[in-house]
Amino acid sequence: MLEFRDVSFRYPEDAQSMMEHLNFQVEDGDFVSIIGASGCGKSTVFRLINGLEQMQGGQIFVDGKPIQTLQQYSAFMPQKDLLFPWRTIAQNICLPMELAHIPKAEQAKRCTEVLEQVGLSQYRDKYPKDLSGGMKQRVAFARTLLAGADLLLLDEPFSALDYLTRVDMQEWLLHQWEHYHKTILFITHDVEEAIFLSKRILVIQDRPFRDMEDVRVPLAYPRNREDLKRADIVELKENLIEKLRRSVNV
Amino acid sequence: MKKHLPAFVLALVLLLVWQGIAMLIDAAYILPSPTQICVRLWELREPLFLVHLPATMSVTAIGLLISVVLGVGLAIAMDANPKIERALYPVIVASQTIPTTAIAPLFILWFGYSIWSKVLVTILMTFFPIAITVFDGFKATKREMEELLRTYGATKRDIFWKLKLPTALPNFFSAIKMAIPLSVIGAAIAEWLGAQEGLGYFSKRMMTQLDGAGVFAPVVLLSIVAMLAVGIVTVIEYKCIQWRKEL
Ligand SMILES: Nc1ncnc2c1ncn2[C@@H]1O[C@H](COP(=O)(O)OP(=O)(O)O)[C@@H](O)[C@H]1O
Ligand SMILES: [Mg+2]
Repeated sequence: MLEFRDVSFRYPEDAQSMMEHLNFQVEDGDFVSIIGASGCGKSTVFRLINGLEQMQGGQIFVDGKPIQTLQQYSAFMPQKDLLFPWRTIAQNICLPMELAHIPKAEQAKRCTEVLEQVGLSQYRDKYPKDLSGGMKQRVAFARTLLAGADLLLLDEPFSALDYLTRVDMQEWLLHQWEHYHKTILFITHDVEEAIFLSKRILVIQDRPFRDMEDVRVPLAYPRNREDLKRADIVELKENLIEKLRRSVNV
Repeated sequence: MKKHLPAFVLALVLLLVWQGIAMLIDAAYILPSPTQICVRLWELREPLFLVHLPATMSVTAIGLLISVVLGVGLAIAMDANPKIERALYPVIVASQTIPTTAIAPLFILWFGYSIWSKVLVTILMTFFPIAITVFDGFKATKREMEELLRTYGATKRDIFWKLKLPTALPNFFSAIKMAIPLSVIGAAIAEWLGAQEGLGYFSKRMMTQLDGAGVFAPVVLLSIVAMLAVGIVTVIEYKCIQWRKEL
């Protein structure tokens, strides 16, 4: 689905490279998290995938094709909901389809379906200011879903939410993922969140980084929060936290 | 309504004080009282409403329209191209310090007593604040939102119509509300300096006749019209920007 081959990147303003000859792959339909200390370059990985930054070396492939030859291959959801306050919920959700010139009737149909699926049908004609933080993130997720890509890039989407809402949203997200069969690449700095959600966790530890440690989560889907208390999972969590703390000290 | 009560009371008190002082002085050519002005407004209703108000309003409306088109156009150009911005922005800001009233007689030399000398004065007074305010509105666009649109494959044009324009809309309304009184003042000053009709001209003519209440009557009329216009724009603004939290 997604492959980084020998990707090197440095911000022009920075003296040091962010990543050098980075290689990794994400399989179709997987849920993969990227964790790392703040400022280590997680968001930069996404900016490279969605073309907001140009890499200096290497190549990124989606479905075997270089991204420069593709359009609408990934859909990005940032930490802030970034809903447009002057648009209603339905108009916000339709924004990517509008830009892709999808016929109005088709937009309305898909919008109705997705609102139903994310449980916000009655908010269709409300404005973002009328919604809570968790609901806004659901709308932002719905908008991401309808951007027409099978690869979703979610950059710390729940980190601004309070703990209970966040836990709810994690379960909700897994439910949506199972329903839509999308491939999700998920950035977080919360180790527990990464373990609960993902099949694989990629850990960024160095700067510049050449590879990311690839950790498999030994849990089946559907996930159960109780499993986080299992001895091997607790150990995995401690392990990952230790790695992140060491990388912060570098 | 309750919100406006203090302002209403204050205005009433000021009017009463004015009335009191005017009655003490008792010389309408020095300080006419509010009631005398009202009476004069009524006596002069025909020339004021049928001749001079329409004249001033057409100057104001034409000047404002041209200013909006020019100002918004310039704001768009500066936003689209940083080179244009660097060249124009400082010039525009500096030009606001030019005393328009002092150079207005020059326009009368150029255009005579035609409507255009007055229109030019209104344009000069309103065009710069409109350009700067709308431009600042464009600049308030959130970079993250622009980037999000780009990840959806938006073109520059899409970004302008779907993001920058709505972002700048509140500023656009502020600019209009600021420009309305300015353009009325501009038109009146220009008429005062040289014209054959208009409320500014009428006020000056009353001055030569030492008719104090007659000087004030057109001025009062001008303020009322300007306030009405601002009120109408505020209503339109409210209808357009209902999504704003603070409303
Ligand atoms: N647009 C940018 N221009 C220059 N440097 C940047 C830019 N964005 C991020 N950086 C640099 O990259 C680092 C943060 O990268 P980022 O990918 O945002 O990290 P993370 O998402 O892991 O917190 C910062 O230390 C900063 O120096
Ligand atoms: Mg980040």
